[in-house]
Amino acid sequence: MNKPAPTHNIGGYVPMIDGPEKVSGRARYTADIVASGQLAGRIYRSPYSHAEIINVDVSEALKVPGVIAVVTGADCDKGFGVLPIARTEYPLARDKVRYRGEPVAAVAALDDDAAREALRRIKFEAKELPAYYTAEDAAAPGAVLLHEKKPGNIERDVLFELGSVAQGFAEAELVREGTYNCAEVCQNQMEMHAAVAEYDAVRDRMTVHASTQVPYYVHLMLSQTLGMDMSRIRVIKPHVGGGFGCRTETLNIELIAALLARKANGTVRIVTTREETFITHRGRPETDISLRIGMRKDGRITAVECGCDQRGGAHSGYGVVTILYAGSMLYAIYDLHNVKYTGRRMLTNTPPCGAFRGHGTVDIRFAFEALIDEMAAELGLDPFAVRRANLLNAPTFTDNDLMVNSYGLPECLDWVERESGWKKQKRKDKGKLANGNGARKGLIHKGFGMACSHYISGASKPVNWTGEPHATVKIKLDFDGSIVVLSGAADIGQGSTTILAQTVAEVLGLDLARVRVVTGDSEVVPKDNGSYSSRVTFMVGNAALDAARNLKAVLVNAAARKLEARPEDIECLGEIYRAGAQDKGATFDEVVTEALKDTGTITVTGNYSTIPESHGGKKYRGAAIGGTMGYSYSAQVVEVSVDEETGVVTVDKVWVAHDCGKALNRLTVEGQVQGSVWMGMGQAMSEEAAYFNGLMLTANMLDYRVPTIQDSPPIEVGIIESNDPHGPFGAKEAGEGSLAAFLPALTNAIADAIGIRFNDLPVTPDRVFEAVEKRKRAAEKRGGP
Amino acid sequence: MARLLECRLNGRDRVDAVADNILLLDYLREKAGLTGTKTGCDGGECGACTVLIDDQPTLSCLTLAATVAGKRVDTIESLGHDGQLSAVQRGFHEKLGSQCGYCTPGFIMASAGLLRRNPDPSDTEILEALGSNICRCTGYVKIIEAVKFAVALGKQGVAP
Repeated sequence: MNKPAPTHNIGGYVPMIDGPEKVSGRARYTADIVASGQLAGRIYRSPYSHAEIINVDVSEALKVPGVIAVVTGADCDKGFGVLPIARTEYPLARDKVRYRGEPVAAVAALDDDAAREALRRIKFEAKELPAYYTAEDAAAPGAVLLHEKKPGNIERDVLFELGSVAQGFAEAELVREGTYNCAEVCQNQMEMHAAVAEYDAVRDRMTVHASTQVPYYVHLMLSQTLGMDMSRIRVIKPHVGGGFGCRTETLNIELIAALLARKANGTVRIVTTREETFITHRGRPETDISLRIGMRKDGRITAVECGCDQRGGAHSGYGVVTILYAGSMLYAIYDLHNVKYTGRRMLTNTPPCGAFRGHGTVDIRFAFEALIDEMAAELGLDPFAVRRANLLNAPTFTDNDLMVNSYGLPECLDWVERESGWKKQKRKDKGKLANGNGARKGLIHKGFGMACSHYISGASKPVNWTGEPHATVKIKLDFDGSIVVLSGAADIGQGSTTILAQTVAEVLGLDLARVRVVTGDSEVVPKDNGSYSSRVTFMVGNAALDAARNLKAVLVNAAARKLEARPEDIECLGEIYRAGAQDKGATFDEVVTEALKDTGTITVTGNYSTIPESHGGKKYRGAAIGGTMGYSYSAQVVEVSVDEETGVVTVDKVWVAHDCGKALNRLTVEGQVQGSVWMGMGQAMSEEAAYFNGLMLTANMLDYRVPTIQDSPPIEVGIIESNDPHGPFGAKEAGEGSLAAFLPALTNAIADAIGIRFNDLPVTPDRVFEAVEKRKRAAEKRGGP
Repeated sequence: MARLLECRLNGRDRVDAVADNILLLDYLREKAGLTGTKTGCDGGECGACTVLIDDQPTLSCLTLAATVAGKRVDTIESLGHDGQLSAVQRGFHEKLGSQCGYCTPGFIMASAGLLRRNPDPSDTEILEALGSNICRCTGYVKIIEAVKFAVALGKQGVAP
């Protein structure tokens, strides 16, 4: 007989526990849900960018055979929004429309044809107002205000100076500045937005299935906008086809579906088009950055001055938080003092932006890492040396009071430097040509670039502060011996359900197959704030750890009774509990039977709360934003080939090292890191939300250019484990921190290849071609190459 | 106008009354109740709705249901035998070619179509076969590994 031993579930390559459903077509997403008697919902959207609403006449729409209900702004006068301080958006516009595509009315009909016909018969009368499509235009003196209470069309401005930039620049031996522009980008997750709302008129109850990352926030906003008590509402999150921050706040779609369902006394399903999904937006805002850095000859940074303007769109959403992150997250990656930040979040007549993966940190990181690379070259320093000259000495607190404990950035740098053969490659390939032959010889240039980035593992203070623990997990154990984990954490494809199962199985020493996870139904699972800011593994993981330990204590006590031993002498070996090595012990099933004698079905609770030291500071208004229990770190090397004749940049390979504290599941960590890097590549090279007079021109997947499999490079992942003292088993976030570094690593590589720096994203072939031609013409003017 | 559509769907002969203008995608999802095939875009952009028509990967969102009369149509629900996942399904599950899972049925059907006509494809052939499918989660690295794993399983006799 084999020696009994607990099963280990942490640290290996573990396929997702809900994978079989996904590869067999059995996983059900919101649009796959069909209720009997279900009505089709459609939304009428504003054809104007900015207008006063005079009248929404739906009388003809109601006459269309099969139309059951029509709702307009008149049906709901309660605003919604993720931040309690900015609930200025209505499910359906009232008084004014502020962007082209804003919902104005909605129809529920027996079938989709009738709903579409009804939309055609809605008469929308409005008086157009001047509209602003850039942050600059919205800020111009005399501009009409989008929102009355926001003078200058400024949603939020931020200003802080910590230390003295004047003194810092005086100490510098090189001061350089740059301006950067990052285009607006969209999450463009594969599943289009959808909601199914079922109103039970007899009991006055509402059930909503929503494609969301935040079922709890949807629950709150349904209650707020419907004026219904929260106990009458149930929110269910089925499988969700990606989020990337697009669904970290309640969207108008789920609220409109509920308003329609209540008015129709029935069930309404809204499945939006891809175009509507784009227009619902919540992407990363167009950002203009001006950055000035002071540096000593050894690469040490002495001062940073940063200005950041974001074109936020027509409503706040997460905007206040985004502009604060952009400033606060200048810190916590390098040892910086003397930093001044001026941020301005503008309201514009474009769809509202939100919390895209890497929330607030990405565009700033692009500018920062690009400028220090440029300065390194000027000082004759290796790009790695400049980063190493500015490392934090962790554990520490930054000047803006962010708590940094584990800090694997040095190891990330070492890994990518070694694995990419940086020193050798740079010597061998610098200025050399790649793959050029015949007529094309001399036109394709190789380059290598590197950069770093970081991210939080969940915000230490949630946006909806209630005083409750940050995360709660329950575990149920009953006669059948299966461990049922109940959690509100929303798995949107990142694998959080698998991580929770692994965590609980690890503590109990059981095979993963014994554990089931139930999520996503407010009627059953404990409340959870949702899947955003990379909080789930850290916070819900810690709560799961706590719950599993509590369950283990119950089982150990039961085993002690059964084996007539003291609890402290009981050894838990997963399927066997015993009192000492000589004891034959009791099986898990026997222990469960014993434990049930006391209480019947066993339920245990696990909680997690962040510590006050992690809550950020009070040195400026909003300084809590950026505070987290653990920062992840990433370093990347990108290898490119640049074709000067066509402007086409090919990414040949990426090496990325990510400090996730401890990889609970190496397979999903690799998948998250590769996905982040690749999403950074899309933003850096091809993705851009473009508008004409407020009309989104790129609201489809051909014009919004996502890299295909043929455009995408091999991405080699190094996992760095810095073992965070507070993380579950030492883990920190893995799903966002590696996105940002790709952007500057790319432009640094292009600069290495052809000597031209691109400060505006995306770096499309047109832009490269134009820059190369411009240089050629300038050289010809000077009379030589 | 409507007509009677006869086709062989997932190995079974079916007869349905379908409108002339109904898309194959809507026929599969709404009439046949096979919701494994996904709608990811407004038409022909993303590949999520890929099914096999006579083993040929085809976008069901750009195909009228009426045009599959007399043909074999295979969706994600047809894969797997004797309660076991097919080689491609195992690849996508075990190698994490699937994260959120929404593009997965399309990728799996495009891959299965490739391996049915070419059981040992080169890297270039894999990239070409999947070039019109978009995934927003994986960065494609593990999708390529998934297909290669399926190729290896195929050599051990597991059907794609």
